[in-house]
Amino acid sequence: MEKSTFRVKSGLAEMLKGGVIMDVTTPEQAVIAQEAGACAVMALERVPADIRRAGGVARMADPAVVKRIMAAVSIPVMAKVRIGHIAEARILEHLGVDYIDESEVLTPADSRFHLDKHDFRVPFVCGARNLGEALRRIGEGAAMIRTKGEPGTGNVVEAVRHVREVMGQLRQLCSLREEEVPGYAKELGAPLELALEVHRSGRLPVVNFAAGGISTPADAALVMQLGCDGVFVGSGIFKSSDPARFAKAIVAATTNYADPEILAQVSEGLGEAMPGLEIASIAPEQRMQERGW
Amino acid sequence: MSRLRIGVLAVQGAFREHRRALERCGAEVEELRRPLDFGDDVFKGLQCFDGIVLPGGESTAMGVLLRAEGLLDALAACGRAGMPLYGSCAGLILLCREIEGADGKLVEQPRLGLLDARVRRNAFGRQVDSFETFLNVTDIAQDLRAVFIRAPLIVHTGPDVEILAEVEREETAFPVAVRQGHLLASSFHPELTPDLRFHQAFLDICRNRR
Repeated sequence: MEKSTFRVKSGLAEMLKGGVIMDVTTPEQAVIAQEAGACAVMALERVPADIRRAGGVARMADPAVVKRIMAAVSIPVMAKVRIGHIAEARILEHLGVDYIDESEVLTPADSRFHLDKHDFRVPFVCGARNLGEALRRIGEGAAMIRTKGEPGTGNVVEAVRHVREVMGQLRQLCSLREEEVPGYAKELGAPLELALEVHRSGRLPVVNFAAGGISTPADAALVMQLGCDGVFVGSGIFKSSDPARFAKAIVAATTNYADPEILAQVSEGLGEAMPGLEIASIAPEQRMQERGW
Repeated sequence: MSRLRIGVLAVQGAFREHRRALERCGAEVEELRRPLDFGDDVFKGLQCFDGIVLPGGESTAMGVLLRAEGLLDALAACGRAGMPLYGSCAGLILLCREIEGADGKLVEQPRLGLLDARVRRNAFGRQVDSFETFLNVTDIAQDLRAVFIRAPLIVHTGPDVEILAEVEREETAFPVAVRQGHLLASSFHPELTPDLRFHQAFLDICRNRR
């Protein structure tokens, strides 16, 4: 019996596909998410929109918050650690969360190195803006990838940019002759072995969700149509006017992303989505997507 | 003989992996998402399939979606009418008559309820307790690589349920692969390995039911 093999770690992400992972800050919100059909929840102290507003240093959630949420639901529970924060990651591993998100939403703890994720029993998901960044994280042991987008903005434009970047570079890599792969891998900053594996198999080695700015059912369907395996919704649900309804509608839209009839049905009379932010209004040094390397 | 036609429930989870495995076995596969695709009488519409696979995923999420889409009753009717069904992991949970939480208490959640068995969700613990191992599955495969992810365990079976493989836990052997006539179920995920023997076995059941 072998535990924590890469197949077991990435296997859980395979089971989440076609689903919605929702940010929650209380056990009550976690139950609303589960009842709406979320395939997992992300346990947080504050959603990204509030982290953005509060400013200062954002850290791992209080273990008490994470434990209460774990006790409240039967679906998998994820939690975030600061980039490179080995000790926070060990704490979450000890608590027994099902996935750790090494996340740019929190303030990075290490300005040079990400975590060595192979060294943990618990699987990790990491953010990426392009194929090179995705393959670097997988090289470090990430068993799932999510495109970064711009968290807490309610603006899907950055999520779309990053999904298109990853998928476009994937298609380009796969179209190359084999001897051209090393040059392109260098250009991407991707580990050569992983670039060769992608070239051979024609797909990413792990599941890829979209994140960062998805706030309506149509947003979720959009990123699914662009080729993502599922979506993370952060502030979009519990910053909307009717969270339970928004949650259900986004789940239905993610499953039926190619079906305009159902998309129209679930979008009707939903009420106010979360207030959005124009990306240009955020100073470059305030953009969360720039964190990580 | 024409190719077998298999439906794979595709509301959430690892349906693409099942699709790939079944296609590699030579079956023709269609994804089932919404009942409307099968006409006004969904039960009738589904009769074009020789068998249906309920994949792994999150059973709670799948249950919510199935009920909302109205597929649950149609699938149960298919199973009652004798159509071969195979459920892996969350699919197994959906097939069972009784479902209990990790604490052993009965829970109410949408299900087909056709397999005369009681299943415990997340019976091995959380994700860090997920594992892979080799199993001998009666009549199907020796040394089958079996991947268990937040897997359920069957804690009780009725007289018509045949136990094909077991895993030991706290000195008791629990069934992890079972068959009840045209119904096949596994706690593990054969779709996550390149080994096709388990899918072949399901297709044999479908072929014999034609």
